[in-house]
Amino acid sequence: MARLSMVEAIRDAMDCKMAEDERVVVFGEDVGYFGGVFRCTDGLQRKYGKSRCFDAPINESGIVGVAIGMGAYGLRPVAEIQFADYVYPGYDQLVSEAARLRYRSGGDFFAPIVIRMPCGGGIYGGQTHSQSPEAVFTHVCGLKTVIPSNPYDAKGLLIAAIEDDDPVIFLEPKRLYNGPFSGHPDQPVTPWAKHLLSEVPAGRYVVPLGKAAVRREGRGVTVLSYGTMTHVAEAAAEETGVDAEIIDLRSLIPLDIDAIQTSVEKTGRCLIVHEATLTSGFGAELAAQVMERCFYALEAPIERVAGWDTPYPHAEEWDYFPGPARVGRALLKAMEA
Amino acid sequence: MTSAPRLSLHVPEPTVRPGGRPDFSHVAVPEAGEVPRPPIDVNPSDIRDFAYTMIRVLDDKGDAVGDWAGGLKSDDLRKGLRDMMLTRAFDARMLLSQRQGKTSFYIQCLGEEAIATAHRKALKPGDMCFPTYRQQGLLIAYGWPIVDMMCQIFANEKDRLKGRQLPGLYSSKEAGFFTVSGNLGTQYPQAVGWAMASAISGDSRIASGWIGEGATAESDFHSALVFASVYRPPVILNVVNNQWAISSYQGIAGGESAKFAARAHGFGIPSLRVDGNDYLAVYAASLWAVERARANLGPTLIEWVTYRAGAHSTSDDPTKYRPKDEGTAWPLGDPIERLKTHLIRIGAWSEERHRQMQAEVDAEILEAAKEAESHGTLHDGPKPSAATMFEDVFKEMPRHLREQRQQLGV
Repeated sequence: MARLSMVEAIRDAMDCKMAEDERVVVFGEDVGYFGGVFRCTDGLQRKYGKSRCFDAPINESGIVGVAIGMGAYGLRPVAEIQFADYVYPGYDQLVSEAARLRYRSGGDFFAPIVIRMPCGGGIYGGQTHSQSPEAVFTHVCGLKTVIPSNPYDAKGLLIAAIEDDDPVIFLEPKRLYNGPFSGHPDQPVTPWAKHLLSEVPAGRYVVPLGKAAVRREGRGVTVLSYGTMTHVAEAAAEETGVDAEIIDLRSLIPLDIDAIQTSVEKTGRCLIVHEATLTSGFGAELAAQVMERCFYALEAPIERVAGWDTPYPHAEEWDYFPGPARVGRALLKAMEA
Repeated sequence: MTSAPRLSLHVPEPTVRPGGRPDFSHVAVPEAGEVPRPPIDVNPSDIRDFAYTMIRVLDDKGDAVGDWAGGLKSDDLRKGLRDMMLTRAFDARMLLSQRQGKTSFYIQCLGEEAIATAHRKALKPGDMCFPTYRQQGLLIAYGWPIVDMMCQIFANEKDRLKGRQLPGLYSSKEAGFFTVSGNLGTQYPQAVGWAMASAISGDSRIASGWIGEGATAESDFHSALVFASVYRPPVILNVVNNQWAISSYQGIAGGESAKFAARAHGFGIPSLRVDGNDYLAVYAASLWAVERARANLGPTLIEWVTYRAGAHSTSDDPTKYRPKDEGTAWPLGDPIERLKTHLIRIGAWSEERHRQMQAEVDAEILEAAKEAESHGTLHDGPKPSAATMFEDVFKEMPRHLREQRQQLGV
């Protein structure tokens, strides 16, 4: 089986779908000839032609708006927003339009679109290249929101997203594009090739939307996380020796609440970790749902570790990033209570 | 040292306010037939002046004159007249229904009937319109069942949209009528995207996007023009300039500084400015743009010059911001009267036949309203089940929505 990086796995997903389904088209800023600033679409224009993989003007409301029109026509557009931080001009099109076409038309029209965007920090991107805006999408009824943490999931989830008849926000943690990341910026970068989850089958397979994965089994405390933070949580568990069960949600909407409930009822403790800012983050929703369903199984207050409620700073990046030290302290606190 | 003048802000103001004498002297109305009809593959830069004049076919006497005349037979014209009369009667009935409490809200298109009905005539089945809430004439001219439209307005048990949408925000894929948003301008880039998809697919169908002059101020308008300019998809970009966006006259959208049609120039998109109260001109200009799109020659922008003769909606009272009798001074007249005069002039119509048609149209609308009301109105009679509220958020209902439906107890 081939060992792929996250970038290669994402590209492979689009390649696979473009080969088997003529309705799949790929576009975005710098996506065509150049192949994307992160190289996720490299070679697709050469292989499938300019009308199926092309550059878009720097206009996110236009990119999302035309994707909706294409989806309503019957195509399967996969649009790239160059950085998640740039999606906001397209937000109205996502919230007021993509998310509601099916509902407001009684099923007459729908938008089977995928909006891909790199998210998260850890690359010295400053406030405009580091954000994790998943919660502004999970709050919108009618959007699905997905975040892979490894190459195997990235390909399978992206194929599932392209085949899905609802609009899917596909967030790609850019710090994971070329290797897993434990949250220690001072340690050498390891390539994906050394990670088990870089084994990616050729051809089509899906990782269904709405199914979480257990990344590490444990009995002491449940860690709910996704994207980059699943790797950071694994590192924190190893470093503290806490018997943590780490759940990679993979998909926030739909949410695999059964997997969460099963684990929290087993461990009786829960830590939620995300890179996005704390207040009104998706962790707040997770904490509420865990409280509603598992209150009598809990032996300790639910803990949250998240980005500070500030814009993502440039030079102070590693004070901002919720690294293994902070996650480790929260693990110990959850165990002490 | 010379002292600079003290700066001041320019805030556009209409020429007249309530109590004043209506004045449209700023609306230049060229003679009918004055503007030539260029070939469809014209270089956009050769017709830049078209954005500053007005294509008109019907002259003051009711004759059809100039290059843009012809193309419609008497039968077509009588059908067009009927479409407009049906649209007006439909609006009148639905306004009344709103006043009677049978629906919450209504938006009429009084005075603008020619634009949607004649435009629809130039399109083919399979083409897709991305309308605003004032293009009910597209559905009516298509022949979509009036009862179905009324059931949507009454949000009754036969409402295909299950009571979810404001009255008049129809959806009919079959009739080439994209689900109306209610947010302004969002449908414009979608129309461009639909047209791009048609081109990508090697199809022959085209898209027609709609926006009001007020909403051309939205960034989505400019987004749509950028994409239309770049990819040259088969799309018609209609701007209905009815002079008023609720209480804001067209100057607040930038109409005082430049013609809306001229906005296409910066994008290299050919643009026409057309008398929107002239059924023949609307049809001819639409057909020109349709032929261009169908021939893979790309987008066309058309500014339809018209006047919103009624209130913005049933929640609006225009006497608060414009003279009550402003509509009577509108220099382009009433589209129904103008087509009627033309038909009589060519010997294809008479006052007697007109009265007869009016009676037929009124009876048809009354009959349809009775049937629609038999299926319920907003606060009376059968209505969609509350359980349907949770459907169609996603294709498959996810667990959290099933649980919420159970909580509601339906």
